[in-house]
Amino acid sequence: MTKNINVTLKVWRQKGPHVKGGFETYPATDISTDMSFLEMIDCVNEQLTLDGKEPIAFDHDCREGICGMCGAVINGRCHGQEKGTTLCQLHMRHFSNGDTIVIEPWRATAFPMVKDLVVDRSAFDQIILAGGYISVNTGGAPDANSIPIAQEIAELAMDAAACIGCGACVAACPNASAMLFTSAKISQLALLPQGKPEATSRALAMVNKMDELCFGNCSNERECEAECPKEISISNIARLNREFVKAGLVSVVK
Amino acid sequence: MNGLTNPMGTSVGKKLMMAVTGLGFCCFLTIHLAGNLTLYGGKDFFNSYVEHLHSLGPLVTLAELGLLFFALIHVLTGMLLFYQNYNARPARYSVNKRAGGRTLGSATMPYTGVILLLFVIFHLMNFHFVDKTNTTTFQLMSNAFASPVYIFIYTFAVIIAAIHVSHGLWSAFQTLGANHPKYTPFLRGLSIVFSVVIGIGLGFIPVYVSLLR
Ligand code: SF4
Ligand code: FES
Repeated sequence: MTKNINVTLKVWRQKGPHVKGGFETYPATDISTDMSFLEMIDCVNEQLTLDGKEPIAFDHDCREGICGMCGAVINGRCHGQEKGTTLCQLHMRHFSNGDTIVIEPWRATAFPMVKDLVVDRSAFDQIILAGGYISVNTGGAPDANSIPIAQEIAELAMDAAACIGCGACVAACPNASAMLFTSAKISQLALLPQGKPEATSRALAMVNKMDELCFGNCSNERECEAECPKEISISNIARLNREFVKAGLVSVVK
Repeated sequence: MNGLTNPMGTSVGKKLMMAVTGLGFCCFLTIHLAGNLTLYGGKDFFNSYVEHLHSLGPLVTLAELGLLFFALIHVLTGMLLFYQNYNARPARYSVNKRAGGRTLGSATMPYTGVILLLFVIFHLMNFHFVDKTNTTTFQLMSNAFASPVYIFIYTFAVIIAAIHVSHGLWSAFQTLGANHPKYTPFLRGLSIVFSVVIGIGLGFIPVYVSLLR
């Protein structure tokens, strides 16, 4: 049932990368519980604009949980407290009248601050560039289903491919490690025949790139898996570890 | 792929080193516990176990050197990881909430680790680097655990060790790539059971020895 609630926001405001940021408090009044979290921020921003103040900067695009642009830490939880949900799909019905909601950006050295709740996640693109692809020759499209793939394997690859690159895993990890993201990308390719030829160099290159970008080291805290909006499993991290051992210790690649 | 980067220097390589050495320590703890349980067979039984162990001579020295080597790797890598992980997020969140992944063990690994390092040094000074010509190991223990301070230190350290391995054991398997819906729940359970067994098995020894007096 729709009702309207009033909440108080404590939002991290920061004008730019190298200036000091801090929390600002804003009332969010008359918020329909049918609104998404981002729509609620839209309302607050409208009011801020009317008052002649700078609206809160935040990332978003599809607003339907598939693009991976949105994300913030809500009361200490990435994308809010609901399981398997992006911030754009979190609804105000999960909050009560009178709540105080603390909103912070992802925090990691590898994700430098841009403004307010916006951080620069291009480090993820660099990890992909390092090896998160397969090389194919151009030409006529190959016949569909010409390479048989077991249903179970296809399912696992699809589960890993569900990662939308939102960065919540890094934000949730006490070590700011990018292992869940990287392992999902390595897994989706390593599981399938098309990804096998480059599996070795991919595992080494992506792990090295991840380290170079100043992400932390995974210590199996499992917070990433718990916060991932696509519920990517840490069994992918174990697969990355296996791929890495194969590539780094027993492969012919130097 | 360029041959410049040494796989063991990467984050995953360091994790592997922590896992392998950590599993080594879990084996050591098991043997140490099994040996120390001879205490419950009485003073002579325990002293004869110690004698038998020492009669292995060079094998014991070899094992000691192996453990020292493992300890160096585990401690130095652990410290490097702690430093790097801190640098990966120097700016903290103002609200911290667990999503259900973190446990007491996993959240305190570096701290319990440092306490264990200090304890191991203390423990070796008590029982290893001492003159044992005119005394038995049992006598040494009995003297040490006459003091409530020693009992407290030892019991506390064993609890810390139990917390450390409660995360360490299953985590090592995950790091080595062993994760499967069939046995991962079992491994997680095993970690807890192992930590409780170590905690109770070793933790009661100081109390028991002091009661024997
Ligand atoms: S693994 Fe999950 S949390 Fe991490 S980037 Fe992908 S979708 Fe987001
Ligand atoms: S805005 Fe696209 S996933 Fe949230």
